[in-house]
Amino acid sequence: MTTDIPETDTSSEEPQDSRRPRWGRIIVWAGLIALLVLLALGLQRSRQGPITVGDMVPNFSLSTFEGETIELDDLTGKVVVLNFWASWCKPCEQEAAELEEAWRYYEPQGEVVFLGVDYVDTETEAQAYLEKFDITYPNGPDLGTRISQAFRIRGVPETYFIGKDGILRYTQIGPFSSLAQIKATIEPLLAE
Amino acid sequence: MKTKLFGLLASFILTLAFSSFGAAQSDLPGTPSDDEVNAIAKQLYCPVCENIPLDVCGTQACAQWRELIREKLDQGWTEDQIKMYFVEQYGDRVLASPPARGLNWLVYIIPPLAILAGLYILLRAFQAWKRPVPELDQDPQTPDVDTDQYAARLEEQLRNR
Repeated sequence: MTTDIPETDTSSEEPQDSRRPRWGRIIVWAGLIALLVLLALGLQRSRQGPITVGDMVPNFSLSTFEGETIELDDLTGKVVVLNFWASWCKPCEQEAAELEEAWRYYEPQGEVVFLGVDYVDTETEAQAYLEKFDITYPNGPDLGTRISQAFRIRGVPETYFIGKDGILRYTQIGPFSSLAQIKATIEPLLAE
Repeated sequence: MKTKLFGLLASFILTLAFSSFGAAQSDLPGTPSDDEVNAIAKQLYCPVCENIPLDVCGTQACAQWRELIREKLDQGWTEDQIKMYFVEQYGDRVLASPPARGLNWLVYIIPPLAILAGLYILLRAFQAWKRPVPELDQDPQTPDVDTDQYAARLEEQLRNR
């Protein structure tokens, strides 16, 4: 009995196939890896922040409604009270008078600086708000929402207390209930 | 009966006249209409109310933004100028579609590339399905080598019995 099984000659084809440069595959894999790297970078960036108590606050620049530019780095050695607000924000109105009162209390000593960051607002309404509450400390729009994104604020009002060394010391989410509360937060920072 | 009918007709005409007067009041000549404002507003998103287009967002912040658009239109600004103003003030994230620059290009490039890659894979799969299966040059009646050997062994054992 004879068997007649044809033998497929794969030995001659395989090496040829493996020798052929598979550019398509290489490009696809390179593209996928590049995409994953970008995704990882994006995720890493999204994990950064919010700035928590004890963190060094990164420098930012605030252009006030009066046209002045204030750099946080220039305020080293002073306690900085950074308040995020908006004219459309009703809870912000609750603390507006107290913040201004606190500013007028600390202003003569020159050791505390109050900064108001107007979040996602229109200038006409913002100016009206400042006038309504007779706010005199520097205020400016959060251009491009850069400052609020750096702090990753969750809403307004939010207030950040930065120590003389530039480190974030306290965060107030929501409005202050009284002037005493604001003072009680600033005093320990002044004593340092 | 006639007077009643006349009264009804008169009140109907008066209602129509007053309603059209009201409409005219809300769309003052020269003032950009709500439709004109909303045509731009629907391309913008307020960061406060994420995922809600500006034209349908009900918050005070969005209402202020719409009024700002109306002001700018009234001042003769173009759609692009207004959108650019919003981007400068509040950042790229206010735009419904991200501007095609930097990494944003990926948003425009990856989907068509993925579709093309998918089509290519499908095409290859269809080609593979269509390709005829190579027939073996083997007679189905021809016993396999192993079977043959086994049969031979079996026969031999039977003979030896």
